Order: sequence, then C-alpha cells, then structure tokens
Amino acid sequence: MSNTVIKVDNLGKKYTIRHEQKERYTALRDVLARGIKNAGKRLLSPFTVYHSPFTSSQEDFWALKNVSFEVKQGEKIGIIGRNGAGKSTLLKILSRITEPTTGRIKLRGKVASLLEVGTGFHPELTGRENIYLNGAILGMTKAEIKRKFDEIVFFSEIEKFLDTPVKRYSSGMYVRLAFAVAAHLEPEILIVDEVLAVGDAQFQKKCIGKMDEIGNQGRTVLFVSHNLAMVTALTTKAVLLADGRAVEDGPTGPVIDRYMRMMSSDIDLSLSERTDRKGSGNLVIVDFAIEDAQGSRNNVAVSGQEARFVIRFKRNPDCNMDNVIFSFSIESLTGEKLLLFANDITGDSFSGLPLEGNAVCTIPKFPLIPGIYRITVWARRNQEFLDWISPAAEIQVMDGDFFGTGRRKKEKFGPFLAAHSWVVESVQG
Amino acid sequence: MDDQHEIVIEPGAGVMRYWNDLWHYRELFYFLAWRDILVRYKQTFIGIAWALVRPLLTMIVFTIIFGKIAKLPSEGVPYPIMVFAAMLPWQFFASAISEASNSLIGNTNLISKVYFPRLIIPTSSVITSFVDFLISGGILICLMAWYRFVPDWRILTLPLFIIIAFASAMGGGLLLTALNVKYRDFRYIVPFIAQFGLYISPVGFSSSVIPSQWRLLYSLNPMVGVIDGFRWAILGGKAQIFWPGFFLSITLVAALFVTGLWYFRKMERTFADVI
Repeated sequence: MSNTVIKVDNLGKKYTIRHEQKERYTALRDVLARGIKNAGKRLLSPFTVYHSPFTSSQEDFWALKNVSFEVKQGEKIGIIGRNGAGKSTLLKILSRITEPTTGRIKLRGKVASLLEVGTGFHPELTGRENIYLNGAILGMTKAEIKRKFDEIVFFSEIEKFLDTPVKRYSSGMYVRLAFAVAAHLEPEILIVDEVLAVGDAQFQKKCIGKMDEIGNQGRTVLFVSHNLAMVTALTTKAVLLADGRAVEDGPTGPVIDRYMRMMSSDIDLSLSERTDRKGSGNLVIVDFAIEDAQGSRNNVAVSGQEARFVIRFKRNPDCNMDNVIFSFSIESLTGEKLLLFANDITGDSFSGLPLEGNAVCTIPKFPLIPGIYRITVWARRNQEFLDWISPAAEIQVMDGDFFGTGRRKKEKFGPFLAAHSWVVESVQG
Repeated sequence: MDDQHEIVIEPGAGVMRYWNDLWHYRELFYFLAWRDILVRYKQTFIGIAWALVRPLLTMIVFTIIFGKIAKLPSEGVPYPIMVFAAMLPWQFFASAISEASNSLIGNTNLISKVYFPRLIIPTSSVITSFVDFLISGGILICLMAWYRFVPDWRILTLPLFIIIAFASAMGGGLLLTALNVKYRDFRYIVPFIAQFGLYISPVGFSSSVIPSQWRLLYSLNPMVGVIDGFRWAILGGKAQIFWPGFFLSITLVAALFVTGLWYFRKMERTFADVI
C-alpha cells in the first residue's frame, strides 16, 4: 500500500502587499478619494504620468513558490519551518480555504483539516448544540454526528455539562470538547495545525494517542508544528519550508537536523539585520546579550549565578512609548518553552523610554542546568506588538555550583533548578 | 480507495465541484440558520416576541399616518391588512440584506479556518430572515381573522410570489455581502438602503396612488413588483396590479439575483485572503 495520496506539484501562492495603505481593509471611501485625488492631479498637470490608484506602490510577495512533494498513504508527515516560511499558507491551500496562484495539488480521499480547535463554537450554545454545529461545519452529516455523539461525549469527558452553554466551560473543557468532535471525523487524510499544544498534559497525551491511532489505521496525517519534539514523536517524514520553498523532504530526523542548522545560522546575523521579525516597528530590538557580573558581554550564563540579560532597543521618536513590556523566553533546542521573563509580571513599568537604550533583566540565581538554549525576545505596548524575533539568540549555560554544595542535579529530572532546603520535624503522636 | 474522492486543487478550480460541495454541505444551511435563531432567542430578553413586535408596531404607525391622517386609499380592504401584506415581503428583504451583509464579517473565523462553500453563510442569514417572515405571516392570519377577511383563489399563487421575494432577498443579500467584505464601509450603506427603501417602496400606501405616467418608472424598484404581487395574491379581487410594471420589476429581480450570485462567486475565492 504505497500509493500516493497527496501530490503537490509546483505550488505557488502570491499575495499583493500594498505599502501605502495603513488600514487593514479597503474602504470604498478611500478608493473613491484616491481616484478623485489622482484625477485632480491629472487635470492640473496633464502631462505628468501618474500611477493608477490601484497599482501604485503594490508589491508581489510569493508566500509559496515551486513547492513540490508527495505523501503516500498511511504516512505521517511533519511540515516544519520558521515563522513566515509558508507553513500556514500551505495548510490553507491544502484545506481549500484559499486558492493557489500556480501549480496543483491532487488529494485522494476524504480530507479533514484542523487549523483551530472549536471553529464555529458559539459561546451561547450548549455543549450538545455545539457538537452538532461544529460537526456540520467540519463536514459531517447530521446522521454521522448522531451516530458518533456518545463516543464524542465520552472522549471529551464533559457528560455532566452537556446542556450548559460553553461560555461557562473552563478552557480545558472547551478544548477537550472541540478536539473530541474533530477527532471523530474519520477522514482518510488529516491535516493538523499546532492545535495540540493546548489543554492539560494528560489530555494532550490522549490527543496524541488518538492521532497515532488515526495514523495506524492506514490514514495519512499531515502535522504542522513548531514543537520539534512533537514532530519527532508523531511523524516519520518531514518537509522543511524556508522562504516559501520546500528545501528538504525526507525522514524526520535528518530534516530536523537541517532545520536546526538553519536556525543556528540565523542567529549569527545581528538582530538589527534580521528580517524575519514581526511587529509594528515603532520600537525595534537591535541587540540581545548576557552580561556577567564583571560586565563583559557574551552569550554565556552560569547555573546558580547572577545573570543580566540586556535587550538593546531603539524607538520611534514620534510615538508615545509608555508602559512598554519587554519579554524574552528561554526554549530548549527542540522548541519547548521553558521560562518566561517579562516586566509586567514583575510589576516593573517604565515611562519615558530613551530613544535608544537597554532594558536589563537580572536573574539572581540562573535556574537551568548546563546546555544550549534558545531565546525569543519581544516587546509590546498594550495591544500593539512592537517587535518579535525568534530565535533571537542561542545561549550557553555553563556548569556552576547552584546549591553551593558542589553537587549537581541529574539531567533526567528536567532542566530546572530550584533553591531549596530541608528539615525533619518530629510528629507527636 | 475510491476515485470519487479525488480532489484537485488548482487556480480557478471547477464550477461543477462547487455545486457538488454545496450539495454535500446542504445540512450546514440548516445548522447555521438554526444557530442564529437559537442564539437570537437566547440572547434577547423578549426573545421570540421580537419577530412579532417589530412588524406589528410598524404596521400600526403606517396605518395611522397613511390611512387615518393622510387618508390614502386602501384598495377596498382594511388598511392594516393592506399594510401588512406589504410589510411581509419588505421586512423579509430588509432584514435579509442587513443580516446577510454582516454575515461574513461576523463569521471571519469560519472563513479563515475551514473550507465549505461560502455561499452557505449569507444564504443561512436569508433563511433566518425567512423564519421571521413565516412568524410575521402568522400575525397576518390573525389580522385577517380579526377583520373577518377571507382571501379568494389568488392566495394559492402566493408561493410563487414568495419565491420571487426570496430571489430578490438572495440577490441583494449576496451582492451586498461581497461588497461588504471588499469595502468595509458598506455596513453604513446597508442600513440606509433598508431605511430609505421603506419609503420609496409601496409599503405604507398602495402603489395605485402613484400617477399612472410614473408607474413604469416607479417599477424600476424591484421591490415594487414583489410587494404588488403579494397584495394581488393576498388581498384578492379588489387589488389591482399594473402588469407592465410588475414584469419590469420581476426582470430586475432576476437580474439582481444573477448579478448577486455572479459577483459573490467571483469575489468568493479571495475572501479568505482579504477578510
């Protein structure tokens, strides 16, 4: 059974970016205003060439270009690549949400895609009503939903709350119900986005089990994720996307190795030169470094010692920059998020930021075991994302005497270190 | 593996597949309409009464202003019944275009996260409005019983006029839905159409008050034909219909329906990218 079920051939998707336009969407008002303005210009100086209002300052951007790969029946395949590489565009085309600009895809078998859990859930409706609604949106018939209803309820563990509006559900219950509906679609090809990264650990395990089960029934699973550990665990093959092209495809292990090498070479670039960033740009992060107690800058921290993380920034002089929140997270090389540092959770707020400056975060006893870690760094202000770079840096943690006893924690107990002490108290009885 | 499930995704994919998909997802029409009705009656305090109170109050106001104060002719039937026979298709049209034009914006998450023929979303809104139309139809029956008004054989042709009303609601709804996604300021224009249309359509008065030399021009408003048709069927013997105008209106309804569907289909493939 090695027939091809997904054949992607020379796929391309072009988006047109309008630079001039600051609004998120077009308004008829603006189209008319632009038209009149240009007509006016033409009347006043008829011999100058003006761009038409519809083509001025547009730029084509290929989110995907010449992407080709094949998936055989029963294969579990991972799609990896950093942000903006085209993963979500590929998913959207595969799920038929948007059309490709060039090329074609042949799919054989019933396709179900899960780009989000609980699409179409309505908060005012009860769990029971939402099962039917969500099922129908995902392409199930009423009869099919009725047949699987009990199974879905059992899987989601929400029997008692079936007739409660889902707005009263905890987020865990909500996700469980949503995944349960999707898991019972029984498609021949299942396309999953990072939706599994939600819910509690126990339920996550259940979801992964379900996905494994789907894979073992001879169905094909396409899985997109940032979490390389999950991709390794769930898939046998992988496709690596970079800048809209499929740069490598083959067994998961080597593809992930290539991806990690790629990310390391990103890190060699200085932050101010990086283009794979997101945010408004009203404040940009230009450098990230660790300073040791002596003030020398390198990317090394020592377990158990003080570490000063320095975020160098430049801001737009025309914007009010009060209450900026600087954050960075430390991740393992496989993408698991380990620690978050942010000045809003510590209650530190800054007003009147300098045009250029350093945001310094001091960690008194650095709490990770030796190894190599990655940093994602970002800044935001209220709802506005100012800048976001991932991975921004790779740091090395050196062995240090965390407990002051010369003894070490074994690695198999996880990467964290916590200061602690012990006493024995006698219990009178 | 059966070949009937083979799907080819390429630019400008087939029309046939679209209608096949529409058939496959046919239950979704019902589910989305069911959701909207359920949510509306769960959320609003007065619930189902809302569908009753709105047309009833409008009818009373129109009867007083046009029937009692302006003393306009009533085609020989009780003024409230004449007004209500027109309120039915008008309310349906007005609520269909306003609900449909907001439907895609209100369901952004569906459009960017799952595939199904997008036509289902605005159509479900029209169906939701149609349910209100049926409820209002119940009021009309009560009114007729109250005035001991018995319609004649023409009432049997009513389904035909309901289909025409549906076609105009769909056409207007689809056109405005697609325009509203492309140009977001259309949401300010739609309530204006609904409000303004109420006065330029023969809802509060009979279209027989229009001077005969202007009747054909007046019929350029497609709702004139729909409303006159409803009156002709419901009010029976005494209601007159201006046939040339009626056929002009119906042609325009057909044109509106085809244009709306065509424009919606044309814009549909870009919805996920622009919404």
